Amino acid sequence: MPIEVIVKTLFILVVMVVGIAPVITWIERKQSAVMQDRIGANRADVAGITVLGLLHPAADVIKLITKEDVVPIGANRFMHLVSPLIAAVPAIIAFAVIPFGGVYRFGDTTLNLVAADIDWGLLYIFAIGSIAAYGTVLAGWSSNNNWSMLGGLRASAQMISYEVTLGLTVVGAFMVFETLRLSDMALAQDRTLWLFGILPVPAWGIFFQPLGFLMFLTAIMAENKRPPFDIPEGESEIIAGYHLEYSGMRFGLFFMSEFIEIIVIAALTATIFLGGWAVPWASTDAIIAGLSRWVGVGFATALCMLIHFATFLLKVVFMIWVQMLLRWSLPRFRYDQVMNLCWKILLPLSIANIFVTGLVLLWVRG
Amino acid sequence: MTVEATLFYGFAILAVVSALGMLLNFRNTVASAMSLVVTMVSLAGIYVLLEAYLVAAIQVMVYGGAIVVLFLFVVMLLNLSTDEFPRGRRRLAKLALVVAGVALLAQALVALGRSPLLSAPVAAVPEGFGGYRALGIALYTDFVLLVEMASLLLLAAIVGALILAKRKID
Repeated sequence: MPIEVIVKTLFILVVMVVGIAPVITWIERKQSAVMQDRIGANRADVAGITVLGLLHPAADVIKLITKEDVVPIGANRFMHLVSPLIAAVPAIIAFAVIPFGGVYRFGDTTLNLVAADIDWGLLYIFAIGSIAAYGTVLAGWSSNNNWSMLGGLRASAQMISYEVTLGLTVVGAFMVFETLRLSDMALAQDRTLWLFGILPVPAWGIFFQPLGFLMFLTAIMAENKRPPFDIPEGESEIIAGYHLEYSGMRFGLFFMSEFIEIIVIAALTATIFLGGWAVPWASTDAIIAGLSRWVGVGFATALCMLIHFATFLLKVVFMIWVQMLLRWSLPRFRYDQVMNLCWKILLPLSIANIFVTGLVLLWVRG
Repeated sequence: MTVEATLFYGFAILAVVSALGMLLNFRNTVASAMSLVVTMVSLAGIYVLLEAYLVAAIQVMVYGGAIVVLFLFVVMLLNLSTDEFPRGRRRLAKLALVVAGVALLAQALVALGRSPLLSAPVAAVPEGFGGYRALGIALYTDFVLLVEMASLLLLAAIVGALILAKRKID
């Protein structure tokens, strides 16, 4: 059992954090370049080979590691050193409860593609997220810089506000699936509904909770503090906000934690609203039955596992693309606009969503 | 020692040490608040060991997260420095507080020693204990009146705070 957990943890660290996160920085540069009709990152090269600019993440890492790590005079040294860690660690350990696939049976052994399949998975993510706020707030406070302090204050207000709304926006999905366990949520979406008896629709959360999906995406993107919600950074107003006094790899940790959070957001949205690992119109049993016509059942199960994992990755990549699209399309909101959006639009709408969902569920389930 | 016992003592020591850190860091309010966060999170760890998962999650979300972030927000806005705290005043009041604290601790220890809970046999944990289902059903059937009373109290507090804030603006 411990070996299984260690393998899963290593997989998450190697594939999701070390593997995908740097590539996302490249995607961000390339996608913004395409959207703005530029060429984009293409200068980093090894012996003249640029590989479409894919060497830029490596160049970034070398640059950040070799730069001097400056702690400003008058800063609270301990807090200044520890706050990038508080920001980065929650983003990484959030992957523990995300299902990368279903449960597969190979003879006597079963393989569950979740590192920690706990009953309160969604609550775990929210709890972790509320701790991540300290990284930003403390970074702003400990730098002994007025701009940083303003950034920290803005971050604390923004993250507290959106945490409340974020919790309420998924209550609708929680009511539909009747579980907080993320693997059960994905499993519940592994089937097809027949709309009006003729139209096959995958039973995804987005079709039960369209408003909930939009509000969840808005709230969780605001939690990530990236544009258009990047008021804690706000280059034009407070220079770089909370990470103004950070250099080298400590800045790099803030930078990476934002990009890791992008993957977490994409994976979470895919799991709750886009069916997770489920292939649309083809349930697990159907895939295994279809494949075992040509190969053995064990091999068919393994193939099905790979198909599910590929489907999940595809959905994650799609949600990353959506986030990048929004990030490069919208200008930064003003501070009062961000707060109004949270307290005056999202909060009442999410409560109305819960109310309507409850009424419909009462009517349908009796 | 089993894994659970090791974890329990780890979290317990962390909780006590960080609680002391909160008290002793009174010259640095932010450090004090952060010690409080560590206490809250270690308590959540102990709740997990007791299989009270929902309480653990809420402990981190509400107490560890939201409430102390609000404390920090106020502390940072006021930006208190060390010389704003009067040094060595009201010695007698401090002494009285320490005596009262020691008396309370002694009383709690005596009450704990007499408690039948310590000698009672350990009952098996019922199915679904500490999960959101069991807690939700209990809260919204047996204790629904108390929940509603608590929510009314919170509503009254919000309205009161708004009225106080608005009077200053007007």
